[in-house]
Amino acid sequence: MLSIIAERLRQKHRTSTYPLTAPEVPDRFRGLPKLDASKCDDGCRACAEACPTGAIVASEGRLQFDLGKCLFCVDCSQACPSGAVEYTTDYRLAVRNREDLLLEGQGLELARALEDRTRRLFGRSLKLRQVSAGGCNACEADVNVLTTLVFDLGRFGIDFVASPRHADGLLITGPVTENMKRALELTYEAVPAPKIVIALGACAISGGPYIGHALANNGADSVVPVDLYVPGCPPHPWTILDGLLRLLGRLEIVGQAF
Amino acid sequence: MATVDAACFRPGETVRVQDAPSVEISEFRQAVFDAVAVGQSLAALFGRPIDAARVRLYAVLADRENGLLSLLTSEVGDCYPALTPDCPQAHWFEREIAEQWGVTPEGHPWLKPIRFHASYRPPHDAWSRAVGETILPGVTDFFRVEGPEIHEVAVGPVHAGVIEPGHFRFQCYGEQVLHLEISLGYQHRGVERALVGGPNARTIHYIETLAGDTSIGHATAYCQALEALANCQPPLAAEAIRGMALELERLACHTGDLGALAGDVGFLPTASFNGRLRGDFLNATALVCGSRFGRGLVRPGGVSFGLDAARAQTLAERIETALGEVDGSNRLLWNSLSVQARFENTGRVSRKTCDALGLVGPAARACGTNRDVRRDFPHGIFCFHQIPVSVCETGDVFARAYVRGLEIQRSGAFLLEQLKMLGDGPLRAPLGPLAPDCIAVSLVEGWRGEICHVAITDAGGRLAHYKVVDPSFHNWIGLAMSLREQQISDFPLCNKSFNLSYCGHDL
Repeated sequence: MLSIIAERLRQKHRTSTYPLTAPEVPDRFRGLPKLDASKCDDGCRACAEACPTGAIVASEGRLQFDLGKCLFCVDCSQACPSGAVEYTTDYRLAVRNREDLLLEGQGLELARALEDRTRRLFGRSLKLRQVSAGGCNACEADVNVLTTLVFDLGRFGIDFVASPRHADGLLITGPVTENMKRALELTYEAVPAPKIVIALGACAISGGPYIGHALANNGADSVVPVDLYVPGCPPHPWTILDGLLRLLGRLEIVGQAF
Repeated sequence: MATVDAACFRPGETVRVQDAPSVEISEFRQAVFDAVAVGQSLAALFGRPIDAARVRLYAVLADRENGLLSLLTSEVGDCYPALTPDCPQAHWFEREIAEQWGVTPEGHPWLKPIRFHASYRPPHDAWSRAVGETILPGVTDFFRVEGPEIHEVAVGPVHAGVIEPGHFRFQCYGEQVLHLEISLGYQHRGVERALVGGPNARTIHYIETLAGDTSIGHATAYCQALEALANCQPPLAAEAIRGMALELERLACHTGDLGALAGDVGFLPTASFNGRLRGDFLNATALVCGSRFGRGLVRPGGVSFGLDAARAQTLAERIETALGEVDGSNRLLWNSLSVQARFENTGRVSRKTCDALGLVGPAARACGTNRDVRRDFPHGIFCFHQIPVSVCETGDVFARAYVRGLEIQRSGAFLLEQLKMLGDGPLRAPLGPLAPDCIAVSLVEGWRGEICHVAITDAGGRLAHYKVVDPSFHNWIGLAMSLREQQISDFPLCNKSFNLSYCGHDL
């Protein structure tokens, strides 16, 4: 017993002070891309050709990124000869509408809160049922990490539950493989209304690396209506947490500060 | 002994397709039996269509004592006498061959689909399903026990936690599990077929996400295969960074696993501390390449990100601190009688079963089987630096946990030493074109065990066939066996002590 207490003292208190303070992300972290079409060489489409998922449209002086297809890999920025494409370390990426992920040099319209009634129901207590519909386990792992003590999801009233019958909504990862489609439909039907759905990660938003695969369905909104899209491959835990708190209206005031 | 001359080579060398020996199925079978009888393991057994009527079977045998691989092939039609009754290591591979190519291994004791997809060679189908027939995952005959007090428990695909889907069917007598059968395929995305025709812009991303928590392991295996085919030698600094990333992946996952095991027995101190510490190791990987899972780091010819002296120093400090803290946290587990009472003698797999089934990784080492690709088939930095292999004898949850604890310590020591020695130099050598009509086999010790990739090129130097064997492909049956005569309430503990990949199996 004493050794456990001693170890606890040694391990110290580690829960982050987010959202009162900005979280730390690594300096090489690839967050929101910064696009500057004015820097593009004439007729250059290097980034679009390098992109593995076809997330980039580069033509006639326009540069458009679909963050829902983006894997946040290094291929486009490495291919770009003129610095028109760069990743920032801005981890705030979650949005409410699929179209809001089409980036063209403008700022990202970050997720606004749920409408009043749903927000009053879920704002202080959101229980989610996670469904991995073909996910590679990275999104799942970084969702699991939210329940560990640095992020401590429980302090926001958000938790994962064992049954869809106990849940307020679904958190979906994976491109929705054919073999999981029915299970996802049944799980969604089992969640009592009102319910919300979160599509987490490039696969769940668009199919990610599996876009166009015959045995996958290009993401969650092919099967269920989606209320929150969180881009990334996988999204950083801070990106996920930021998205969840925005959805619940918890960041409306604090969010302006950083 | 086999009289057939298998092609003998090491990983990193290639075999020309025309030089891959092709023998009659009876000689093929006997060669595999003879090799396994003297302690070799079946690294891969797969099929590849020749034409509408014939399929070529490939066997890659690994002679761990001598660090040599041997390759043998055989042409078969719609059926052939199964290897499994004489060589249980082949059992899951033969089910895969049956499912993919519609070739029936006659006499296979457990011929069922493993991924539940349509045959790749219609209209040939090992279960005589019609072309276009709907195939439902998990809908198959399960082994059942009948009796008045027997009950059957079905779990999944959607499980209670935040975890990938799979189906578990228990046959129970009261609380005691008589038999567990595991049925997978829910995560099947069609990766192997998508790799054909590459490499192209998407290929490395398939490799990094086919088992997303083993991005470094699989990316290393893939790059090594391509480098063998292109006769490309990555620079030493790149090999060192690859090795460090692989060990960081191992550290993060083993730390998380011990925390999860602690959580499952209600021992919250280690569960809480390790939850945080796992994040620290993931953040160390992100310090190198921006991604917690090491995506974007390992690329054909080398690595994409380097470590200057300052970054290496920061990394070393962070890792050293985390190692001390994880050691303190894990010690609580080994010293807690209540934890050991749950871990010891639970989910025991015998050495005999382990070797017969060809289990790999920490699960095998926990049964006393001394196998580790880093020592048996050293690649990259492991040619210059040996990490001692961690073995335990009891084959139970405790052993699988303790092996992880030892591996954390040893990988940690390796990392700190490498960071001190890291030199300057180029990070990537140009790959060049891949040799046409060639076969390359690549082996890596991923954190779950032996990863095997087999790449076959066509006349144009493009990938004509790509076989991925994730360590979970070997080990799911180990989990099933570990539940026999155990309490069903110990299932989560046994499951976490293996912690296998669903998507790495399903591909």
